[in-house]
Amino acid sequence: MTVPTAYFVILAALLFSVGAAGVLLRRSGISILLGIELMLNAANLALVAFGRQHGQLDAQVFVFFVMAVAAAEVAVGLALLVAIFRKNQSIDVDRLNVMRW
Amino acid sequence: MVAAVFYLTAALALLSALVAVSHRNPVVNVLSLVVTLFCIAVNYALLGAEFLAAAQILVYAGAILVLFLFVVMLLNAPAEQAVPSPRKFQRVAGLVLAALAAVGSVVVVLGLSGSVPKGVPQGSAQALGRLLAGPYLFAFEFISVVLLAAMVGALVLVKRKH
Amino acid sequence: MLDLLWLLPALPLAGAAILLSGAMRFRHRTTSVVGVGSIGLTLVLALTALVQYAGMHGETVIRPLFRWIAAGDIAIDFSLRLDALSAVMLFFVTFVGFLIHVYSVGYMHTEGARAYARYFAYLNLFMFAMLTLVLGANLVVLFVGWEGVGLCSYLLIGFYFEKDWCASAGKKAFIVNRIGDFGFLLAIFLAFKTFGTVDVAGIEAMLASDPGKFAAAATPIALLLFVGAIGKSAQLPLYVWLPDAMAGPTPVSALIHAATMVTAGVYMVARTNAIFRISPTAMLVVAAVGGLTAIFAATIGLAQNDIKKVLAYSTVSQLGYMFLGAGAGAFAAAIFHVFTHAFFKACLFLGSGSVIHACSGEQDMRKMGGLKKHMPTTYWTFVVATLALAGIPPLAGFFSKDEILAKVYGAGAGNLHSFGTAYLALWGLGVVGAFVTAFYMFRAVHMTFHGEFRGSHEAEHHLHESPASMTVPLRVLAVGSVVVGFAGMGMFGAGRNWFEGLLHHVAPGVEVEGYATSTGIEWLLIALSVGVAVGGILLATRWYFGPEAFVRPTRFAERFPRLVTTVANKYYVDEAYEATVIAGTMKLAQGSWEFDARVVDGAVNGTRHLTVGTSFFSGLFDLNVVDGLVNLVADAYGWASRLLRRVQWGVVQGYALIMTVGFALMVAAALWLGR
Repeated sequence: MTVPTAYFVILAALLFSVGAAGVLLRRSGISILLGIELMLNAANLALVAFGRQHGQLDAQVFVFFVMAVAAAEVAVGLALLVAIFRKNQSIDVDRLNVMRW
Repeated sequence: MVAAVFYLTAALALLSALVAVSHRNPVVNVLSLVVTLFCIAVNYALLGAEFLAAAQILVYAGAILVLFLFVVMLLNAPAEQAVPSPRKFQRVAGLVLAALAAVGSVVVVLGLSGSVPKGVPQGSAQALGRLLAGPYLFAFEFISVVLLAAMVGALVLVKRKH
Repeated sequence: MLDLLWLLPALPLAGAAILLSGAMRFRHRTTSVVGVGSIGLTLVLALTALVQYAGMHGETVIRPLFRWIAAGDIAIDFSLRLDALSAVMLFFVTFVGFLIHVYSVGYMHTEGARAYARYFAYLNLFMFAMLTLVLGANLVVLFVGWEGVGLCSYLLIGFYFEKDWCASAGKKAFIVNRIGDFGFLLAIFLAFKTFGTVDVAGIEAMLASDPGKFAAAATPIALLLFVGAIGKSAQLPLYVWLPDAMAGPTPVSALIHAATMVTAGVYMVARTNAIFRISPTAMLVVAAVGGLTAIFAATIGLAQNDIKKVLAYSTVSQLGYMFLGAGAGAFAAAIFHVFTHAFFKACLFLGSGSVIHACSGEQDMRKMGGLKKHMPTTYWTFVVATLALAGIPPLAGFFSKDEILAKVYGAGAGNLHSFGTAYLALWGLGVVGAFVTAFYMFRAVHMTFHGEFRGSHEAEHHLHESPASMTVPLRVLAVGSVVVGFAGMGMFGAGRNWFEGLLHHVAPGVEVEGYATSTGIEWLLIALSVGVAVGGILLATRWYFGPEAFVRPTRFAERFPRLVTTVANKYYVDEAYEATVIAGTMKLAQGSWEFDARVVDGAVNGTRHLTVGTSFFSGLFDLNVVDGLVNLVADAYGWASRLLRRVQWGVVQGYALIMTVGFALMVAAALWLGR
């Protein structure tokens, strides 16, 4: 029996929420980036599920591109993190408050 | 059979996701995320996107998360302290919101229940390749530029000033 | 010349302007030339005009000069008028005026250059004003001259203004005159309202066309006009300024307070005779005031010791005679007396000036005496003028005074306007007055010129006859006093003498209906006048001449001490005025000043407090409200920024939180909208 699309989407939503929680709650920069990755994947999952729902391959192409973009983003994000680490000797984002008022 | 696989991988995915966001040790976080990604890849396969499943493992688990591990090792990221930290308000707010988001999403989705998928599309490499070389050719070419830009950006960011 | 009539007042005005603008830096000679020359030139031009006018058979010449007042319906021109009346006035004003100017050169030569120039400037200014008065064609121009002579009178009376009593005399003259002027002004307003014009010709035309219509209005106008005349011509009760006016230089007394200014009142009554003649009441008032003044002033003259004061009261008395005549309807006779009086009174005043000059400024007759041998010319001119004044034929005063008394008797006997009894009584007063006049004048003559000199030894050494500049005018005036009377030599019966005929068209007499004094009565009247005058002279001679001089007067004074003192103190009239009018006015002024000082000071202080108070509140407002607002704006920025900057957490995850919140809201909204 086919799994209903809704289930996939629920799963995607839950994963997304978990990822959002990680982004918002964690102090380490790496953990934040991990959370972002999780969110992206959750979105991908939802996309594919909806693609199957409508019987189109375009969703999968979309996911393809999202992956590429995710890769690029991780590269840059990690590079940023390294640069910040070099400056502050820590990846604690709470320390990044220079632009506080 | 398919349903069982789904439920299993879904649960595993959720579990490892939770671990990924909550464990102190960053290496544990990354590795549990790998598990999550695997599960998602399985789901892709269940949804008929074989190419994507493969790509997921190759790109995400293989490249991206390895990159993550590199950086974790490089930076010698310390084990993070326990979740309750001075920023109490923010933590609470964040948790609440995330929970709300989850619930909200579920509610939304439950509204869609009962709809039957039209058909399982063939997510083979060939099919995807046809699309990529066809209607989405420009995007395909352009994404390579994006990747280039990302590389350049990363290089610039980590370049030490001499 | 008649088209250049305006030159007559203009030349003296120019003279005055030159002398005043020269800031009195001229030397005596320049001033004399300008001051006397202007009047000499005016005299020549006046005579020319008169000769020209003589050939015009009595028509009236009116020369408008410019439109002076144009306001709505009112249009008053500055016009000059030459007719028989103004011709007579013009003649003796310029003639006598000129002689007095010449006399002044000698009399005032001891003054400094500035004072000398000031004197002639004022005198010229006076001539300008007097000629304007005499030549005015309407009441307003006349009034301009009227006021002008009043001003010059003040300036000249107070000529020696460093002396307090001279300055006060000037003020007194001006203020008392003002009372009269007020009446005159009211009369002008009333006349304008009644007749619609102030032009004399216009008024005469209106009255001729419809006499009955204006009968009621005429009385108040005439009475108010007469009030002006009372002030200017020093009649009861406004005569008090004239004796005090003797404080001025003697030529001034001669010109202004004998010959010309004081006669302006009589001229004005004659000029407006058209109004007077239709108001029997006003006529009677004029006659009564004149007659009473005549006798009143004459009695005061009996007891005066200052020679100028005697002449002053004499002038007041003679003016009374003129008004007596005018009030009886004999306008021509009154003007005739003005004419003759100008000559002999001026001669008397100038003569007294000569005496005072010789006595080194002494004016008290008790310190004079026996001057006959020291100053013969002065003596005989003075005697001639005195005889004229006393009314001895064939000198001028006889003809004019007799004419007046005859006309008054005629009015009485003929029951003019049913006031016959009144006129007869006034006639009686006039006769008595003639006796008194002759008496006091010869008293003065005896005291001054006869007997022995009673002054100090040094004064006796200084006694001398005056220079020619002073004696020549005296001689001329004395001759005049003899000669001019013949112009009005009376005709018997209902005939008119030459003078009366001259003025007939302009100032005709009021005929008493149904009566004409018979020739016999006329001779009786003449005999009475002359007899009375001679009687006065004889009594004066008995009392003041010869070895028993001053014996009888002294005995009289011992017998009636209180009477003599009262008369000698001028019946205490000045004191009465002082106690009532003056005191009252001073109290009013004091009260006003106090009120003003208190209220004004109070207002000023009150304003000060008010200002300080309001400024205090203003300051409070400014400090708290205004500054508060400014500070509030600044503070608002502070609070706003303090609030708003909290957005800048600086923490990346904080921003992520906000984004999540926003995302959640958007999803909710989308769900809500898509429901």
